[in-house]
Amino acid sequence: MVYDYIRWEEKAIADAAKKRGVNLKLIDSKDVSLLLDSNYEEEFGNVVLQRCLSYFRSLHLTAALEAKGISVINNFKVALTAGNKLLTTLALINAGIPTPRTALSFTSESAIKSLEKLGYPSVLKPTIGSWGRLVALLKDRDSAEAIFEDREHMFPLYQVYYIQEYVKRPPRDIRSIVIDDKVVAAIYRVSLSGNWKTNMALGAKAENCPITKELEDICVKASKAVGGGILGVDCMESPNGLLVHEVNNTTEFKNTVPTTGVDIPGLIIDYLVKYRK
Amino acid sequence: MRCPECDGEIPLAKDAIEGEIITCPDCGGSFELYKKKDGSFDLRAIQVIGEDWGE
Repeated sequence: MVYDYIRWEEKAIADAAKKRGVNLKLIDSKDVSLLLDSNYEEEFGNVVLQRCLSYFRSLHLTAALEAKGISVINNFKVALTAGNKLLTTLALINAGIPTPRTALSFTSESAIKSLEKLGYPSVLKPTIGSWGRLVALLKDRDSAEAIFEDREHMFPLYQVYYIQEYVKRPPRDIRSIVIDDKVVAAIYRVSLSGNWKTNMALGAKAENCPITKELEDICVKASKAVGGGILGVDCMESPNGLLVHEVNNTTEFKNTVPTTGVDIPGLIIDYLVKYRK
Repeated sequence: MRCPECDGEIPLAKDAIEGEIITCPDCGGSFELYKKKDGSFDLRAIQVIGEDWGE
């Protein structure tokens, strides 16, 4: 397993491996030094679980490992797609999976045109990142222009204006953990009162969510659309049914395990062992 | 183990492993547990959340 830091999830995965007698070597990505034309694959084994927090570090390391024939979970294509909201949205649309209407622009002027197509309020998100960071609710043209002006002074990535319709929903969303195209657990993430965002990192509360046929179907389709593996699929309950708004590549499950009682770390190790065979 | 920030006492779990994020119960600061050359554990500052960090 490669990682940046050992959080609850990585420690639980290491514990699950120990309990199952699986030899899981922990490799800190910050210590990696690879001479690309050398045989570095020997130090990584034949299957690597990618758990880096940094999207770019994860992608580059995964590419270097796959180049040597090592299987990485999730693989490069899945990581690239699920780690980028635009690529995820395109994959979902191409697979015919209901997802919030989304617009793309590259200047503040054209982003205003996108907003006119989507209507107010809409939601501006960075294409890369998590935990609700820099996600903004654009309630009207004035607030949009103010936020876009800030964006113009930021790193070029933030001038990729990925804007989504604001979906009317209960003050919660659903996080489903999907392993090998099976939904193994799901929670509602109930937002704190007064906060429209439902990220656990912002204090949302976890509640067990029953895995209905509708939820299972849409999550499995979303998993397949991005290429499968170990994923966290986020759905919203719109008036017209479930919508998938995000698929997470190195999903967190610290709150899902105690809420649902499902041994997700153990299931991850089982999947790795099955994959190795 | 002492907190590098507030010097408070940070209890270390028996099953603590290198790379783990440790939070000081006194000041709430988060640090990375690392192994020194002599094999003993110490704490170092954790990187500020990167712009590309996430799930």
